Amino acid sequence: MLAYMVRRLIYAVPILIGVNLITFALFFMVNTPDDMARAQLEAKQTTPEMIQAWKQSHGYDKPLFVNNESSGLDTVTETLFVQESLKLFMLDFGQADNGRQISEDIQERMWPSLAIALPTFLIGLVTNIALALLIVLFRGSVLDTATMIVAVAIMSISGLFYIIAGQVLFSKMLHWVPISGYESGWEMWRFLILPVAIGVFAGLGAGVRWYRSIFLEEINKDYIRTARAKGLSEIRLLFGHLLQNGLLPILTGVVVIIPTLFMGSLIMESFFGIPGLGSYTIDAINAQDFGIVKAMVFLGALLYIIGLILTDLSYAFFDPRVRFDQ
Amino acid sequence: MMAPLWSDYMIWLLVVALWGWGLILRRSPQVREQWIQIFQSRIAMVSAIILLAYASVALLDSVRFDTAQKGQITLLDMAFESIATQSERTYSAPFADREYNQSLVTRDNGDVEQQYLPLKWVQAEVSIGWATLQVLLSAALLTALLVGLHLAWRARVHKLGLAEYGRNVWRDQTRLPWRTAYVTVLLMLFVWGWLGYLSQFYHVLGTDKVGQDVLYTAIKSIRTGVLIGVLTTLVMLPLALFLGISAGLFKGWVDDAIQYLYTTLNSIPGVLLIAAAVLVMQTILNNNPQWFGSTEERADLRLLFLVFILGMTSWTGLCRLLRAETLKLSQVDFVTSARAFGVSRLTIIVRHIMPNVMHIVLIAVVLDFSGLVLAEAVLSYVGVGVDPTTHSWGNMINQARLEMAREPMVWWSLFSAFVFMFLLVLAANLFSDRVQKVLDPRTQTR
Repeated sequence: MLAYMVRRLIYAVPILIGVNLITFALFFMVNTPDDMARAQLEAKQTTPEMIQAWKQSHGYDKPLFVNNESSGLDTVTETLFVQESLKLFMLDFGQADNGRQISEDIQERMWPSLAIALPTFLIGLVTNIALALLIVLFRGSVLDTATMIVAVAIMSISGLFYIIAGQVLFSKMLHWVPISGYESGWEMWRFLILPVAIGVFAGLGAGVRWYRSIFLEEINKDYIRTARAKGLSEIRLLFGHLLQNGLLPILTGVVVIIPTLFMGSLIMESFFGIPGLGSYTIDAINAQDFGIVKAMVFLGALLYIIGLILTDLSYAFFDPRVRFDQ
Repeated sequence: MMAPLWSDYMIWLLVVALWGWGLILRRSPQVREQWIQIFQSRIAMVSAIILLAYASVALLDSVRFDTAQKGQITLLDMAFESIATQSERTYSAPFADREYNQSLVTRDNGDVEQQYLPLKWVQAEVSIGWATLQVLLSAALLTALLVGLHLAWRARVHKLGLAEYGRNVWRDQTRLPWRTAYVTVLLMLFVWGWLGYLSQFYHVLGTDKVGQDVLYTAIKSIRTGVLIGVLTTLVMLPLALFLGISAGLFKGWVDDAIQYLYTTLNSIPGVLLIAAAVLVMQTILNNNPQWFGSTEERADLRLLFLVFILGMTSWTGLCRLLRAETLKLSQVDFVTSARAFGVSRLTIIVRHIMPNVMHIVLIAVVLDFSGLVLAEAVLSYVGVGVDPTTHSWGNMINQARLEMAREPMVWWSLFSAFVFMFLLVLAANLFSDRVQKVLDPRTQTR
């Protein structure tokens, strides 16, 4: 098990290097340090000396991939790509354009993101599975058809509408909850309840359909038929046997999401003014702060890969047939 | 004089390609049978007609002329000429004859007072009920004509008398649900006719902040939505097909490399990758102003870049499916025996692999379409979508966000974007459900 984990972790390294290469290519080769310097200096006339000084102060004065002035291993390591990648691997994201440390910002903003993403995820998961089981119980009936049509309709509406409509209805017209904002401590629930409810509802259509199809695939299998033949009630069948066996395909889709919950939701956070990583990213995109966008891309990829590894581990934990020590 | 933009060429190229593909597919009786099976569902028939209506608006909006007085206009602009040109001063509600907010007016005697100013282009004396009746009658007449032609054609195909075939349709005893189709066509003609006719006298869906007719913006947005949904496929398909089939067929290091490529791309969060690429694209466009002559060309180029970026980031899912299917197929008897007979790799791909993975491709394409239309709205909101000057539902929603905060609320922009988008996405989702149900072998056993 441990050996497997170590092997998976080693596999993750080339993927992270690949992610780095893509972001590096996007940000540095197209938008060269010279361009960045010109954009940042904001002077009418930029002299080559000024650009050189800016590059030196930001550590961008090295060549991109191959340093011909150095010798030996240094030809590769004394380059912008390796230096930048090494810093990212150490989780040192450098400075944002406004001079703040990106790593500190991320640590600070992670928790509001989690405060909204985690309840949405958990409540959504439970509601989706419960509803799907209920529909499977009534499969083939009018209720089944009607729910499926409603599910498609829910899926067909852009998330932006749910947010705008929710804000107008519950905050502007009914004054139940504040329209946006955030507070730390227990008082935060007032700000969280609406975004969480909207998040759960918007995910209902796709979620219920997906779990329903998983359960329907299981329900025709032999063990269910046997259990039913032995006189097990339909309810016990669903919650005892079906749920347990449906768990495995559910794990594949769900575990990979858990680490990425830290990243928060872009639109949700910016609409509700929650100071999490999602709104951080949106602000960075609007301000064209490449440093932050790069850091978020790397972080997102890292969390996704952790999610993939966790998925494999959860398989080993829940499915006795899976063994990793060969 | 015709003056097409790049995206116009692409969209018509796609139409030609689809036409050709359809002609090839027609030859296989099995494929024809599958398509008939798809359309046997009433919901699929209705969805397909709605999708077709959207597609034809997008196509009308892709025939562009250069005129001396009005600049570049499309066939669609000509059809909706009144609302394309008749702008008011500012907000006005649907069917209103006055502006939505009061303005300060100086009287002749020097007094200043608050007034709701009348709208310039509204002819409020035209009765809405009477106009509706007129449109309904003409839509019924037109439908009757179309239905008659169609009935005559189908009756000839089936070698039945016109009356007998008509009776079959009336009792819904035809193989395809033509009765449902006729009703849908009637409804579509009525709705479009109603919008088109009344828009000459009223602003049916109100006007926006700068007085532009909202109905016009919503209709012009159709092209953007359809274009993003469809053209992205054109970029994505060759990549996914080539890489997926190569990985599955050649195995070894080719497979490793391709798997590495898509795992890497996949691990970058989608919106962020798109955002990063779009930011870079903006820099490129800003550095190369010589690539485009007008703001329209710039917006068009930006749209194409966006489509390209979406395509480059969305091929991984399909590629993975194709690889798995090809791996499975490469062990099947007819492929191994073909290889034993010394048939070349290329022939095996074209003859044996491609036809057997087409259902996966088709399902992925129709499934992706609705997702891409929805993604446009989100991307425009994040600020990495289409150009702000391009008509798009995303831009409409983005603007509506501020309008909903006004007092009193300006709701019609959001409402229009919602209705137009919802219908398209709903139709696409329902249709793709049906396509999946018929074409996916896994769902047939149920």
